Amino acid sequence: MIELFDPLKGERLRVLDETGEAAPGLDPGLPDAELRAIYERMLRTRTADAKALKLQRQGRLGTYPPSRGHEACQVGLASAMGRDDWFFPYFRDLGMYITLGYPLADYYHLWMGNEAGLRTPDGLNIYPIAIPVGSQIPQAVGAGLAAKYRKLRIAVVTTFGDGATSEGDFHEGLNFAGVFRTPNVFVCLNNQFAISVPRARQTAAATIAQKAVAYGFPGVQVDGNDVLAVYAAAREALANARSGQGPTLIEAYTYRMGDHTTSDDAARYRSKEEVQEWERRDPILRFRLYLGKKGLWDEAYEKTVQESAAEFVEKAVAEAEARPAATPEDLFTYTYAAMPPELEAQLAELKAFLGEGRR
Amino acid sequence: MIMTMVQAINQALAQEMERDDRIIVLGQDVGRDGGVFRTTEGLFDRFGPERVMDTPLSESAIVGASIGMTALGLRPVPEVQFMGFIYPAFNQIVSHVARLRNRTRGRFTVPLTIRTPYGAGVKALEHHSESTEALFCQIPGLTVVVPSSPYDAKGLLIASLRSDDPVIFLEPTKLYRAEKQEVPEEPYEVPLRRAAVVREGKDLTIIAWGAMIPVARQAAAAAQAEGIGAEIVDLRTLSPMDRETFVASVRKTGRALVVHEAPKTCGLGAEIAATIGESALLSLDAPVLRVTGQDITVPLPKSEDLYYPGPERILRAIRRLMEY
Ligand SMILES: Cc1ncc(C[n+]2csc(CCOP(=O)(O)OP(=O)(O)O)c2C)c(N)n1
Ligand SMILES: [Mg+2]
Repeated sequence: MIELFDPLKGERLRVLDETGEAAPGLDPGLPDAELRAIYERMLRTRTADAKALKLQRQGRLGTYPPSRGHEACQVGLASAMGRDDWFFPYFRDLGMYITLGYPLADYYHLWMGNEAGLRTPDGLNIYPIAIPVGSQIPQAVGAGLAAKYRKLRIAVVTTFGDGATSEGDFHEGLNFAGVFRTPNVFVCLNNQFAISVPRARQTAAATIAQKAVAYGFPGVQVDGNDVLAVYAAAREALANARSGQGPTLIEAYTYRMGDHTTSDDAARYRSKEEVQEWERRDPILRFRLYLGKKGLWDEAYEKTVQESAAEFVEKAVAEAEARPAATPEDLFTYTYAAMPPELEAQLAELKAFLGEGRR
Repeated sequence: MIMTMVQAINQALAQEMERDDRIIVLGQDVGRDGGVFRTTEGLFDRFGPERVMDTPLSESAIVGASIGMTALGLRPVPEVQFMGFIYPAFNQIVSHVARLRNRTRGRFTVPLTIRTPYGAGVKALEHHSESTEALFCQIPGLTVVVPSSPYDAKGLLIASLRSDDPVIFLEPTKLYRAEKQEVPEEPYEVPLRRAAVVREGKDLTIIAWGAMIPVARQAAAAAQAEGIGAEIVDLRTLSPMDRETFVASVRKTGRALVVHEAPKTCGLGAEIAATIGESALLSLDAPVLRVTGQDITVPLPKSEDLYYPGPERILRAIRRLMEY
């Protein structure tokens, strides 16, 4: 299906229109239970995101990059992944984490300013969030190379923003992937901004998807506010990766509904009208309309899902806030496999100092 | 006018851009948004998109392109959004910015000023709190400057913009809005390569810079209450270093303490201590001590205070020095 949508011709894969009507022949045909599970993950993501913003305002969580508007990209992509696949995230990926089963309490704990939240639970193939923009991309390619070497039939997924496509790491990583035909799925969440800098300032190319052409593998642009389009493209790209057919670049065309982070004020560089325009294309609303048409959604169901999302989120907050802060040992122990004497001395001194009750 | 360091930097940029049309500001979010810390606020409206360029998210190209601009006589002021994101440009800085004068026997020089916020103390995200100034100080050809007050920020930045050598201008995020100070309206230079004695004292010398200066002042005030007079030398230009000023101070006081937020090992404290050993050994009444960041990855916000040298840690070292 991917090859039917040529980014060089300005074609974009979209399954659902804004009224939630599915295009004939493009609906990935998911079972009802999975459709509802996707909806529930999207709602959980939005609820958890709103909660993070609230906690930040109350001083209970640090600087935070909100995900609102990206629920279809994140949940659509992660829902298509398998348990053995690997994921190299960026910093705006809440729905990926929720869908892949990363404990929300850990995620909150991290954004509350604790490194323990970055420790991926055993059994999950998720690398830690990369904050230096684009730096995770070559790493994902390396994991792809290793999967090939180990003859594993898995895919390695990495996400990044439109801004990241301007970094050398993006170009070097995708070039590597093309040369070695690695089992990678590169997913660009093109949300039209890198902080204040608009997408047009990142590239003179008409699409980001078309950049794949130059690296010798397929690229496709999908409607990033259409969870079924993201799912369909991801499922096919993942299958291609696992079966040795090489990498794919997916550009999810979407919009960052919130500020870049809680330190940003997007009103300085974009208009209310533009934001309102995108509000109408809300990914959750669109999918809800689709579910409604299929008889899978009604008010009672919505209420249950909302309540369960709220409960899920509150539990995670309580758990995260109950965790102890890092001890001096926690901060020193993981610097090396074995602590060098100088570090031992510094740790001892710090502890003695804290023992005196002072900083 | 009374202003913050952000305003002082902004005014220095505006005044120099007015005076010298070779100056071009470029970087991420420096234009319409006025910079994530607002240091370039208003410049886009005043000087236009050709002189205040919102660039793609490409540190290597921001610095690399700035080098190319200097070839045709411009004086670019690239901004790297945080020091933690300067590394994609490290190749351009180390392999070219620092060396072009030497490689071309003076035919090509690189009069650019790379501005970047740095340092801990504002509870920022990962990679936003490191102080890796020593990495740059080890590269011959670079001038590394750190202001500790609004007044110095304006004067040092103007001197940097007028310098014919490339300058890495590190702006302590903690100080951006911490303190307001009277800053003269007219342009002025605070000379590069010149340290300043910012507090006089007879018993020991504290050598520090940037965000550690106010912390050292707090410690010095506490020491004063115990009858100990601490002199504070603000290095201001870290490289090439003004050794004479702190050596003269240590010769007077006989005791030296270096304070920096960077890790201890191979930090500038080592260079300073070695210089004191070479030049003032016989004046010393005690070993040179260091109060620094730990030799660990800078912790995330919840634990940041365990890393960052505070007045109490400095006071403790002062007492230890006085015990000799
Ligand atoms: C190498 C690097 N440079 C600069 C930054 C500061 N920064 C953080 S996010 C960001 C914009 C990222 O934009 P994009 O890639 O489009 O992702 P989005 O935030 O829109 O999801 C910038 C400039 C950084 N984190 N890393
Ligand atoms: Mg973006």
